[in-house]
Amino acid sequence: MRRLISLLLLLIVALGLALCLSGAPFGARGADEGAGLAPDKVNFGRRYNERGLEENGAANIVTSVVVNYRGFDTLGEVTVLFIAAVGLAAVLYTRTGKAASAGAEPSSLVLFTGCRFLFPLILLLGAYIFIHGHLTPGGGFQGGAVVASGFLLIYLGCPDRKLSKAAVGAVESLSGLAFVAVALVGLTVGGSFLLNFLPKGTVYGLLSAGIIPLIYVLIGFKVGSELGGIIDNLSGGSE
Amino acid sequence: MIVFQTFLVLVMIVAALAAARFGDLLNAVIACALVSLMASIIFFFLQAPDVAMAEASIGAGLSTAIFIFAINKTVRYEGNEKAD
Amino acid sequence: MSFLSSYIHYVGCFSLILIGLYVVLVKPNLIKVIIGINLIDTGVNLFLIAVGYIRAGTAPIFSEAALQADKMVDPVPQALVLTAIVIGVSVLALALALAIRVYGHYGTLDLRRIKGLRW
Repeated sequence: MRRLISLLLLLIVALGLALCLSGAPFGARGADEGAGLAPDKVNFGRRYNERGLEENGAANIVTSVVVNYRGFDTLGEVTVLFIAAVGLAAVLYTRTGKAASAGAEPSSLVLFTGCRFLFPLILLLGAYIFIHGHLTPGGGFQGGAVVASGFLLIYLGCPDRKLSKAAVGAVESLSGLAFVAVALVGLTVGGSFLLNFLPKGTVYGLLSAGIIPLIYVLIGFKVGSELGGIIDNLSGGSE
Repeated sequence: MIVFQTFLVLVMIVAALAAARFGDLLNAVIACALVSLMASIIFFFLQAPDVAMAEASIGAGLSTAIFIFAINKTVRYEGNEKAD
Repeated sequence: MSFLSSYIHYVGCFSLILIGLYVVLVKPNLIKVIIGINLIDTGVNLFLIAVGYIRAGTAPIFSEAALQADKMVDPVPQALVLTAIVIGVSVLALALALAIRVYGHYGTLDLRRIKGLRW
């Protein structure tokens, strides 16, 4: 009975999706081919592409959209990630902290040495990705995910080496606080929240585009330590 | 190039069907990681390198690890779910 | 060939969404349902990026080779999908934590036997 109703629902959804599919043009060129948007309608993508470089100074337009044009949505996303990490830690909390690696055998010498050798290199790659977020593809979220996968390697390869929960929690909280503080400085200096108040510099330079590299470094730290904390809680917790 | 993208989309659909049909949850999670990997390559062909990097690292890497930790603490097979 | 080049990406993401929806509606195991939610997320992200594509366009990144701004693809769907991927993984982590708790409390992950989750 449930299977029949589900298949009926799926048929209705598939018919609706097929109707949308036949009307949406793929790869439309916009105003100059006749398909897509008419020239008198505002096309935000084209506006951000044409004026993004001189308004922000960042070579990566997606970065300037995420941090500057839609910076408030990024603040909301960082909040959602924080709520999920806190909720997960609260749900999985046990009063008697059981050691998850009590039955795990210590890893062999090759595995241990390999993981210890690779861990700083992975951290360096993640830091490179989020520092150069405004010049090359990448940014805070990607670099933070790479840093968290370095933490995962340490949890899996060297099970008796745990990272201290206090340091990870401190890094996460301080970087989130610093993000809001930078936004509030923009409010006091220029009159609008998340204003780009630092000088724009030369294009393609490392210290260009105002507060965009600063915010991406803070987001990289926050996402990396947050996802590392989630992995830590799920694998049994330490101390 | 369009033939290669068609091949990627077909592999993605087959992997999604496999993730729906496997009874061993570990195999279903690996098929889900394959879907994320194919989606990441298709993102690159649709000229979105930031999104491809994010999907590869977060979708194919971290979410698979989170699934395996959760399967470790609960059941492994879809049929028998009894606590021991 | 023109059918392929016009529609293959839409067919891919719509079938992903439909397969994910089937898994959520029919399968009784809780972790299978969460895998289905993950498939729906991936399909929707792929659809958003496919809508923003412009034929023979380039990535929206300037470089020293002086790319023109009018040949770039739309950057706004890419920013939205970046947010959506991160939120998808945080929803996944919280859902799996709740599934672990449900297993510890009821002893089973079968939705037909857990009271309050039947339909």
